[in-house]
Amino acid sequence: MTVVARKEYVAVPRDRVENFNGKQLVFISWDHHLLLSAPIMFCLLPQATFGELIESHLLPLLQADPDTAALDWSKVEWLKEGQPWVPDFEASLAANGIGHKEQLRMHTPGLNTVCAVN
Amino acid sequence: MDMKTANKKLSLKDKYKLFTRDLGWEPTYRTKEEVFPYVQYEGIKIHDWDKWEDPFRLTMDSYWKYQAEKERKFYAIIDAHAQNNGHLHITDARYLSALKVFLQAISPGEYAAHKGFARVGREFPGVGTQVACQMQAIDEIRHAQTQIHALSNYNKFYNGFHGFAEHRDRIWYTSVARSFFDDAMAAGPFEFMIAIGFSFEYVLTNLLFVPFMSGAAYNGDMATVTFGFSAQSDEARHMTLGLECIKFMLEQDPDNLPIVQAWIDKWFWRGIRVLSLVSTMMDYMLPKRVMSWREAWNIYGIENGSALFKDLARYGIRAPKGWDHAEEAIDHMSHQLMLGLYQWKFGTSFHVWIPSDEDMDWLSKKYPTTFDKYYRPRWEHIKKHEAATGAPFNNFGLPKLCQCCQLPTLFTEPGDPTLICHRESVYQGERYHFCSDGCKDIFDNEPEKYIQAWLPMPGLMQDPLNGDLAGWMDWVFLKNGEDNGDYATSQDKHNFELWRSMASSNQ
Repeated sequence: MTVVARKEYVAVPRDRVENFNGKQLVFISWDHHLLLSAPIMFCLLPQATFGELIESHLLPLLQADPDTAALDWSKVEWLKEGQPWVPDFEASLAANGIGHKEQLRMHTPGLNTVCAVN
Repeated sequence: MDMKTANKKLSLKDKYKLFTRDLGWEPTYRTKEEVFPYVQYEGIKIHDWDKWEDPFRLTMDSYWKYQAEKERKFYAIIDAHAQNNGHLHITDARYLSALKVFLQAISPGEYAAHKGFARVGREFPGVGTQVACQMQAIDEIRHAQTQIHALSNYNKFYNGFHGFAEHRDRIWYTSVARSFFDDAMAAGPFEFMIAIGFSFEYVLTNLLFVPFMSGAAYNGDMATVTFGFSAQSDEARHMTLGLECIKFMLEQDPDNLPIVQAWIDKWFWRGIRVLSLVSTMMDYMLPKRVMSWREAWNIYGIENGSALFKDLARYGIRAPKGWDHAEEAIDHMSHQLMLGLYQWKFGTSFHVWIPSDEDMDWLSKKYPTTFDKYYRPRWEHIKKHEAATGAPFNNFGLPKLCQCCQLPTLFTEPGDPTLICHRESVYQGERYHFCSDGCKDIFDNEPEKYIQAWLPMPGLMQDPLNGDLAGWMDWVFLKNGEDNGDYATSQDKHNFELWRSMASSNQ
């Protein structure tokens, strides 16, 4: 059994995609950029394009980081489920295969913001 | 007449025996298993309940006498504190942030511990166990009450104290403590004893209470010092209960060892995550600091913890699995969490500030290998950013939370303090995220328990709030512009300085 219990115990997850009124969650973090402390949560429609997620949702928040001005989006190395991955900026989140609660990581060698990289 | 009469006065031991004998009856029309249905399913094997020794055994009449005496002293001092304007005698109003975090996150844990001990006192069959748990249940509710009463005087004058019960349930940074206690209370009686009686009371409590009460003393807060003293003599009894319980389990059957060890691993790690809040209080929130979080860990974690686990080694117990990771993380956790609290300060019911130059020098002395390299540059950048834009540095990007400890996943990879630690598991087609291997292991061991966690950030995006930040503030009892934000512009700072100047001048 996947929980120590006296009898059959079935739990209900609280964050299933159907609880978000048609939207989904997606998390983005920028490796070695810790000025923003944690991966950022976004909640948007799976039909939204990846470009829209970056332009309208992520970029305004990244303005606090001095490396953002030097970001070349065509050179960002993306990780999805920890594996190298290439997004299509024109396609939707769904068409990009970005599922509910997916974690995407940006890796930008050479840019290392205000903190030292080991 | 030389007739011998029996001693009028019973010995303590006889008294205890007579007092408890009626609890240990043999059921006649129900089986023992029906009367005590919760003692077997966790897999702990007990052969002789009478082997549970309670070296602190107290009879109820002496218990009431001692506790009543402590209460009288406590309330006399609390009254004096209120009448003497104790709220103006603290070092300065920054100190209040530590108190608010304590009241919102930790005091409700005392109440949870009360409920838990009341329950396990009923669930354990052994008489000594039942009495010890019952008394601890009463102690814990007393601790919750005295803490709330001690801090209620501050609530008359300052912001952020008024909604601690709602903050405990709803706000985001308290959920690390809430989920800790919910997890313990949803466990069986033996695991509860390891979680609260052993890991929390024995291994971690000194890291929480000693620095916190010393912090109160250093910062002129007599009310808090008093509830600390009032609780301290109970803690010795609680620690003994926790230690006796673990020895009892290990002595009863060799099959108990792997179960107990897994619980120690789990609850040590959960405890470390709760203490990350305490680390920010010690390193950043106390105007007059007692010692750094690192120094506290060296004394109360390493010295005391190592002695304890050496003592338990004869039963086959080893140090908790996350010990080495914790040791490495000690030099980082307060800085990583405080930088997070600072940038999400619109959502905290206490005030934060950028450490002054003097404070940063203190931090770099206390953390010579980490602060200047990793954390000072971030604080300096934030300071520059605020000076350039004239606006507070806020991160309106809501953080991803750990499914287990429920803190934002802001802690870094072991061995690399520049990279966030990313961990995830998929269970029944659903994805879950964690802040660390420790939290992921806890989830993977009992996923059915943790998938139902209510996480504040995803919760904010669901009905009825659907991402409405102002609506969320109302719901968590957070008054925007009063309870939250930077200390420099707060009413707390303004009022404290105003009232204090009125007390010392003729203006």
